[in-house]
Amino acid sequence: MTAAQTEFVYVTYIRATPEKVFDAIVNPAVARLYWGHENVSDWTPGARWEHVRANDARAVELVGEVLEIDAPKRLVMSWANASQEGDAEKTSRVAFDIEPYDGMVRLTVTHDRLEAGGGMFNGISKGWPIVLSSMKSYLESGEAIDIFAKPTAA
Amino acid sequence: MEPMDDDKVFKALGDPTRRKLLDLLCETNGQTLGELCGHLDMARQSVTQHLGLLEEASLVTTVRRGREKLHFINPVPLHEVYERWVRKFEVQRLSLLHALKQHLEEDGT
Repeated sequence: MTAAQTEFVYVTYIRATPEKVFDAIVNPAVARLYWGHENVSDWTPGARWEHVRANDARAVELVGEVLEIDAPKRLVMSWANASQEGDAEKTSRVAFDIEPYDGMVRLTVTHDRLEAGGGMFNGISKGWPIVLSSMKSYLESGEAIDIFAKPTAA
Repeated sequence: MEPMDDDKVFKALGDPTRRKLLDLLCETNGQTLGELCGHLDMARQSVTQHLGLLEEASLVTTVRRGREKLHFINPVPLHEVYERWVRKFEVQRLSLLHALKQHLEEDGT
């Protein structure tokens, strides 16, 4: 039996150009500054994509395939834990849609084909709001949020 | 219009029905107006108005799927409010507690 699937739709408005927002996703040198990770790919349809932790160990945490790319408007990729690569049931999908909006950009992240209540579901439901806030903050002010921040231990 | 305006977020949160709508979407994301109405003892038109305010504050996003309009919770503005209004004070409070703990421990030795 296939587990119930679910999806999330996240929206943020960023004072930047669509090109800058698109670049912030696909350019490792930018992504590492606010995401703590790099998205590494040659960004052609069907190409492999890896989500790499931007530290000395450079662990490949997520992998997938570029399903659709139309810079600077839309990017769709499959999304799986590196340890679950090839497992269709554990492979979700992420779409980035970038639209000009009143001098800003409306960035919509749709993460679907997610197993309800699964590990990826729990991880991304905490992760996306932080990553998107950090991207917005970085693109607007040059300052990212520490995305690995934990409550300070007293 | 300024999306992700703090005033709009706080205003949208300042109503029990709208908080209930967010709770409902947190439980099951991507619901139709009809599904949401099924959990609320309220005229459909009022629910539409509440959803409109949530959408204006960007706390709810809608997506059209065929003939249906699905409502999704969008926690990004809440995270921004948290960064701006909670985390800053939390860090201060925690460092005060840390100083107090150190002070008490030093006294004890």
